[in-house]
Amino acid sequence: MWNWDYAFSILPQILAALKITVSATFFGFLLALLLGLILSILIRADIKAVSLAVKGIVQFIRNTPLLVQLYFIFYVFPQFGITFKPFTAGILGLGIHYSTYLSEVFRSGIEAVPAGQWEVVKALNFSQPQAWTKIILPQVIPPIIPVIGNYLITMFKETPLLSAITLVEILQTAKIIGAGSFRYLEGFTIVGVVFFLLSYSSSQLIKKLEVRLGKSN
Amino acid sequence: MTPIVSYKNITKAYGELEVLKEIDFDIYPGEKVALIGPSGSGKTTLARLLMTLEEPNSGTIEVEGKGLWHEEINGKLVKANGKHLREMRKSIGMVFQHFYLFPHMTVLKNVMEAPVTVLGLSKKKARLQAEEMLEKVGLGDKLDVYPAQLSGGQKQRVAIARALVMKPNIMLFDEPTSALDPELVGEVLEVIKEIALESDMTMLLITHEMDFAKEIADRVAFFNEGTIAEQGTPEEIFNHPKTPRLQTFLSRFNP
Ligand SMILES: Nc1ncnc2c1ncn2[C@@H]1O[C@H](COP(=O)(O)OP(=O)(O)O)[C@@H](O)[C@H]1O
Ligand SMILES: [Mg+2]
Repeated sequence: MWNWDYAFSILPQILAALKITVSATFFGFLLALLLGLILSILIRADIKAVSLAVKGIVQFIRNTPLLVQLYFIFYVFPQFGITFKPFTAGILGLGIHYSTYLSEVFRSGIEAVPAGQWEVVKALNFSQPQAWTKIILPQVIPPIIPVIGNYLITMFKETPLLSAITLVEILQTAKIIGAGSFRYLEGFTIVGVVFFLLSYSSSQLIKKLEVRLGKSN
Repeated sequence: MTPIVSYKNITKAYGELEVLKEIDFDIYPGEKVALIGPSGSGKTTLARLLMTLEEPNSGTIEVEGKGLWHEEINGKLVKANGKHLREMRKSIGMVFQHFYLFPHMTVLKNVMEAPVTVLGLSKKKARLQAEEMLEKVGLGDKLDVYPAQLSGGQKQRVAIARALVMKPNIMLFDEPTSALDPELVGEVLEVIKEIALESDMTMLLITHEMDFAKEIADRVAFFNEGTIAEQGTPEEIFNHPKTPRLQTFLSRFNP
């Protein structure tokens, strides 16, 4: 059944496609972090209407499937004149979807900062942006790094969804190879192993980080 | 002399609970005023209003002749905006009961951060000032230590240095030693006493340390149920209390 020679012959092609998967994950996650932070700060806004509107949007996005969102961005938006390349659409979809989860992570991290920090920051006359960047966020981020890391891994494992909007990432590449040679076993196995190796080693890295962060606190 | 701080008919309520009742209170430049009184009588609230951490329900506060929560624009009193509040806060500093040091920064960074970020000082200059201030509070050997490694008394002295380095004209101390183990109270009081004696800063001190208040205060105000029930020189307040309330309150400290 399993053919090593064949497996090695298709390996370079699959690994080349890994670049697409990894960069989609990287940029998608970057967007998710940025948007997530903005959402979590907006949810805290003093203006009730803003806070409620943002909360509503977050709930809506979180409770609809990522695949549906990807289809909207890639197939529906063009009907309104907004067209994206598959890669861009994929990053947008991943970024927006995961920003709603990350906003929740940021929110709980921000709430964990004692109220006294906000008071002393005011007493020392920091502006709001100064307070956020110098005092609050540096206290928010270290404790939530492990949770953020786990979302990164989850997102990474969801990138094969992007094949549904025609992005030729690693799984799609294996499928195309399989369709040409009528051998699917090796290709899909390699894809599975690659995902496992990267996810598992990342999760071990996060665990180590968690221990280190726990010690320094 | 015109007051540096003037509370005028200030009322503050949390929901139904009236915490400050039509308070009129003046503090003069350079004056060291001690606030004493039972807990829950509104002392902290009075200080927090001045630090702009709370807004009064009615009345006005003037600091250095300008409205704190209100500003006059074309002869009309309007609610102060963020910019005005930031301008006013330059004159005021506060030391809290629970220190609130920045846990992610060393002692030196705790003291340097606001001068660099808020006042725009160069790192070099801020560092010099911070080191000098930490030396003054007796922590010149703890510059690179993180707050978690300090005792309560050391933490509070860092907090004092951090507030002082901003050079406020008015300093508020809200029970600076109440969260400390008894054996650490002395070192903090010593530092505050030194500052009080050598500087012409205006100081408002909320404290339960009666001997300390007697020693450094020019004037003592006794708070009771949201009003200033009695005030006078330390001699008047501690040796010749007039109201039964104050007599009862003081008797608890001299059993
Ligand atoms: N944020 C708040 N919300 C509700 N009640 C408060 C709040 N802060 C203070 N109080 C109440 O106001 C009263 C006066 O408090 P405070 O000014 O802290 O008194 P003191 O400093 O003299 O002990 C107390 O009864 C306290 O419970
Ligand atoms: Mg109090």
